[in-house]
Amino acid sequence: MTLLWIPLLSFFGSIISSLTGKLTRNQTTALTLVMPAIALILVINSAADVFAGEVLRESVNWVPALGLELSFRLDGLSLLFVLMILGIGMLVIFYARYYLSEKDSMPKLFAYLMLFMTAMLGIVTANNVLQLWLFWELTSISSFLLISYWWSKSEARKGARMALTITGAGGLALLAGLLMLGHIVGSYDIDVILASRELIQAHNLYEVTLVLVLLGAFTKSAQFPFHFWLPHAMAAPTPVSAYLHSATMVKAGIFLLARFYPALAGTELWFILVGLTGLATLIFAAYVALFKHDLKGLLAYSTISHLGLITLLFGLDTELATVAAIFHIINHATFKASLFMAAGIIDHETGTRDMRKLNGMWRFMPYTATLAMVAAASMAGVPLLNGFLSKEMFFAETLHQQLLGSMSWLVPVLATIAAAFSVAYSARFIHDVFFNGDPIDLEKTPHEPPRYMRIPIEILVALCLIVGMFPNFVVHDIIYTAADAVLAGQVPEYKISLWHGFNLPLLMSAIAVAGGVLIYTQRKYLFQFQASLPPMTGKKMFDGSVSRLVRWSQNKISAIENGSLQRYLMLMFVIVLLAAGWPLFEMAQLAGNNPLTPVDVHNGIGAGLLMIAAIATVIWHRQRMISLLMLSVVGLMVSIAFTRFSAPDLALTQLTVEVVTIILLMLALFFLPQKSPKASSSVRVLRDLGIASAIGIVVGSICYALITRPFSSISDFFIANAKTGGGGTNVVNVILVDFRGFDTLGEITVLGIAALGIYKLLVNLPLFMPGSDSEGRPWAKERYPLLLASISQSLLPLALLVSFYIFLRGHNLPGGGFIAGLVTAIAFILQYIAHGSNWIAERLTINYRKIIASGIAIALATGVGSWFFGRPFLKTWFDYFDLPVIGQIELASALVFDLGVYITVVGATLMILASLGKLTANAPKEEVNI
Amino acid sequence: MEILYASCVGLLVACGVFLILRSRTFPVVLGLTMLSYAVNLFLFASGRLTLNKAAVLGYSSDYADPLPQALVLTAIVIGFAMTAFVVILAIRGRADLGNDHVNGQVPTNNNKGKA
Repeated sequence: MTLLWIPLLSFFGSIISSLTGKLTRNQTTALTLVMPAIALILVINSAADVFAGEVLRESVNWVPALGLELSFRLDGLSLLFVLMILGIGMLVIFYARYYLSEKDSMPKLFAYLMLFMTAMLGIVTANNVLQLWLFWELTSISSFLLISYWWSKSEARKGARMALTITGAGGLALLAGLLMLGHIVGSYDIDVILASRELIQAHNLYEVTLVLVLLGAFTKSAQFPFHFWLPHAMAAPTPVSAYLHSATMVKAGIFLLARFYPALAGTELWFILVGLTGLATLIFAAYVALFKHDLKGLLAYSTISHLGLITLLFGLDTELATVAAIFHIINHATFKASLFMAAGIIDHETGTRDMRKLNGMWRFMPYTATLAMVAAASMAGVPLLNGFLSKEMFFAETLHQQLLGSMSWLVPVLATIAAAFSVAYSARFIHDVFFNGDPIDLEKTPHEPPRYMRIPIEILVALCLIVGMFPNFVVHDIIYTAADAVLAGQVPEYKISLWHGFNLPLLMSAIAVAGGVLIYTQRKYLFQFQASLPPMTGKKMFDGSVSRLVRWSQNKISAIENGSLQRYLMLMFVIVLLAAGWPLFEMAQLAGNNPLTPVDVHNGIGAGLLMIAAIATVIWHRQRMISLLMLSVVGLMVSIAFTRFSAPDLALTQLTVEVVTIILLMLALFFLPQKSPKASSSVRVLRDLGIASAIGIVVGSICYALITRPFSSISDFFIANAKTGGGGTNVVNVILVDFRGFDTLGEITVLGIAALGIYKLLVNLPLFMPGSDSEGRPWAKERYPLLLASISQSLLPLALLVSFYIFLRGHNLPGGGFIAGLVTAIAFILQYIAHGSNWIAERLTINYRKIIASGIAIALATGVGSWFFGRPFLKTWFDYFDLPVIGQIELASALVFDLGVYITVVGATLMILASLGKLTANAPKEEVNI
Repeated sequence: MEILYASCVGLLVACGVFLILRSRTFPVVLGLTMLSYAVNLFLFASGRLTLNKAAVLGYSSDYADPLPQALVLTAIVIGFAMTAFVVILAIRGRADLGNDHVNGQVPTNNNKGKA
C-alpha cells in the first residue's frame, strides 16, 4: 500500500500544518517536514523496482457499483516527478521558514503548500484520467489559495483570480478531452488508454480530443497565448513562486504532454500544435524577459520561455528530443528554484525587487551572489552546468526535424536567437543586480541572509554542478526510466556528455553566448525601441474581455429577469406548453384502446356545473367575493366527482378542506381589497387567454390519452395485503398509515411547517384593515349572530363525536386521521366564527404550536416504536382482543400513528385560521381609510 | 365520460392558468386553488375512472386503484396548507408594500411590467 500513501501522507501533512498555530516556527517547520520525508523514503524504497523497468500499480475500491476505483501507478515518469515534487517541496518549506516574517501565518502557508503538494502527487501518480483531473483541479484551487496568500494586497487577489480563471478554464477543456478519450477507448484507465494509440488516432474524434487535452496542458504550463497569468502570479510569496513555477504547477502541463505522449503523439497535428506553440512561447517569452525590471518578472518570463523549450522538444519528431525534454525538466527545476530563492533573499534583505534600484549587491552578499550566479549561468547554458547539457541536446535536435517542411531550417535559427536572449537576460540578472555600480534608494542596508536560509539554494546549486559535470553518473537512470515510460520502451541509444567535439550545436551555443552578451551590452537601444511600442499586455485583454463578459451577462440577465413575477410566470407557462405539447404532436393517436364509458345524466349535470362555475370564477375574478363563491362550487363538484368515481376518502377530504379553504379565503378578503381594478390591457388578456387555453388543451389531451389506455398498477399488492399485513379493510387508509406511512409522516411535517410559517408571517403584521366594506357601509355592530352562537355550542359535542367516529372507523371504512382532523378543526372554527377569538381565548388556552409538535412526535414515536419489536420503521402491529360486553375489538399501532396525523391536522388548521382570525378581533370600530 | 372528464380537467387548468397570470394577488390565489383541483383530478384519473368500486375490502369484487387516491388525499391537505401560506403571504405583502400587485408595486403606464 505504498502508492496510496504518497498523496495521503502529504494530505495528512497539510492537516497537521494547519493545526500548528501554537507552536514555534521551528517546531511548525519540523512537523510539516515529517510527512513528506516519510513519503520520500517510501518512494525511494520503491525506486529500485521502477528502475528495473517495473510499473507499480495499486488500486482501492471506491464506488464498486459504478466501477470507480482509486488507482495509482508509478512508472519512471511518475517517479521523476514525485522525487522533484517531494524534494523541492521540502527545500521550499525549509526556505519559507526563514522567508516568512513574524506577522505572516506560517501554518496557513504550509497547509496550503502541503495541499498543493498532495494535488501534484495525485496528478503524477494517478492511473485513472478522472482521478487525474480531480487532482488537476485541486492544483488550480490550491494555487489560487497560495497566490492570494497575502490577500490584503489587491495584486495578489487579482493575480490569483486570473490564474484560477485561465487554469480553471483549461481544466474544463481538459475534462472534456479526457472524457472523450475515455469514450473513444471505453475505459478511463490510463494503462488502457496508453495502450490504445492506434484506436485513438484512427478515431474521428481524435483531433477534437487532442486540442482539448492540449488546451489543458498549455494553460497550465503558461504557453503562448495563455502565458499572461504566470507573471501576475508572482504576487505570491517567493517560496510559493519557487515551488509552483519551477518544479510543480507549470510542470503539470508538461507532465500531461509526457503522460499522454504514447497515446496522442506521433501525428502531424500533434507536431504542429505542440511544436509551434512551444517555439512561439520560447522566443516570445525570452524576448520579453529581458525587459522586465522586476527580478521575479524576469524569472517568470524566463520560466515561460523554458517551458516553451520543453514543449517544443515534445513537439519534435525524434525520440532523442523527448529524452532532452525530460532532462531539461530536471535541469530547469533545479536552477529555476534556486534562482527564485535567491531572488527571494535579495527581496528579503533589500526590500525591493526592482533591478533599476538593485546594483552592486556583490559587496553586500557575496556568498548568495555566487550561488545565484552559478544558477543563472546554468539558465544561460554555460558549460560545466546542467543547463548547458540539455540546451546542447536541444540544439542538436532542432537540426533533425521537419516541423516546418522546407522552412525547417528556421527552427534552429530561431532557437539560437531565443538562446541568445536567454543569455542576455541571465547576464542582466547577474550583472545588473550584483555589479553595475551602487544600489539606489534602498530602504535598508543589505547583508547576507540567515545561514540556514541559503541551505536549500546550496543543495540545488550543488545539483546543477554535479549534474553538469557528471551527468551519466547522477541522472542517467532516472532519465532513462522516465523516457522509457514516455516513449513506451522505444528509448534510443544516447549518451549525455560534456564534449561532443566541434560540431554544429556547439557552434550554436557559442553564437548564443556571444549574441547574448552583445544584446545585453547594447540593451539600451532595445529598451528604447521597446518603450516606443504601444503597451498591449495579455492582462489588459484579459481584464477587458472579463468586464465585457460581465456586462454582456448583466444585460442578458436584466432582459430576462426584470423583476416582474407576471412575466416570469408567463415564460414558465410557455416553456411548460412547449415541453408538454411537443410530444403530443409526435403521438400517432390520442385515444387509447380502452372502451369509453357512456355519460350518464348525473355526471353530465355535475360536469356542466363544474364548467359553468369555473368559467364564472374567471369572468367575475375582479368581483372577488362572487369569484370566491363560484370557486367553492367548483370545489364542491370536485368532491362529488370523487364520490362518483369510487373514492369516498377523497370526497370527504375534499369536502372538509373546501370548507376550511373558503373560510380562510373569506377571512383573507377582509384584509385585501374586495375588488381588483382593471389592470390588464385587452392585448394582455387576449395573450393570457391564448396561453391558458393552449395549456388547458394540452393537459386535457394528455389526461384523455392517459385514461383511455390500459395500465398495470402495483396496487394489487396493497389490495392483497391490506387486511393480512396492515390489519385494515380501507386500503387507502392502510396505504397512508402503513405501506406509505413514511410519506405521510413527511406530509404532516410539511403541514406543520406551513402552519408555523404562517404564524411567523402574521407576527407583527402591520394592520391594514378597512373599517367598512368597499362600498362604504360600516360593518354590522352585532358582531356575532345570536342564532349561530347558540346553535354552534350545541353542535360542538356532536361534531366532535362524528369526528371521533370517522377517526376510529378510518382503518376499515372511509375516514381516518386526515378527515377526522379536518372535521374537528371545522367544529372549532365554527365556535370562533360564532363567538370571536376573545371568547374562545377566555375558555380555551391552547398553544397550537405544541399541538402540532406533539402530533408529529406521536407519529414519529409510533414509527420508531416498531424498532423495539425488531420490525422496520412504521411497520404496523395489530391484534384482536375479546373484551367482555363490547366484544371483539382490534388494536393496531396504525391507529396511534393516525392519531398523530389527526392531532397535527387539527393543530395546523386551527393555527392557520385562528392566527388570521384573531387579527380581526382587534379591528377598529371606526372608519379607517383603505 | 372520459372525454367529459378530460375536458373538465383541461378547462380547470385553463381557468387556473389564466387567473394565475393576473396582476393582483387574490385572483392568483384563486387560480392556484383551481389549478390544484385540476392537478388532483388529473392524478386521481391515473388510476382510471371506475364507478362503485371503492377500495374498501369486502364491498365489491374488484376495486378502484387505491394508490393514486392515497397520494391525492395527502396532496389535497398539503394543497390547503400551501394555499393558506400563499394567501397569508399576500396579506403580509399588502400590509408591508401597501398594494396587492404581484410585482410588489403598481406599474405606471409608461413602464408597464417593470418593478
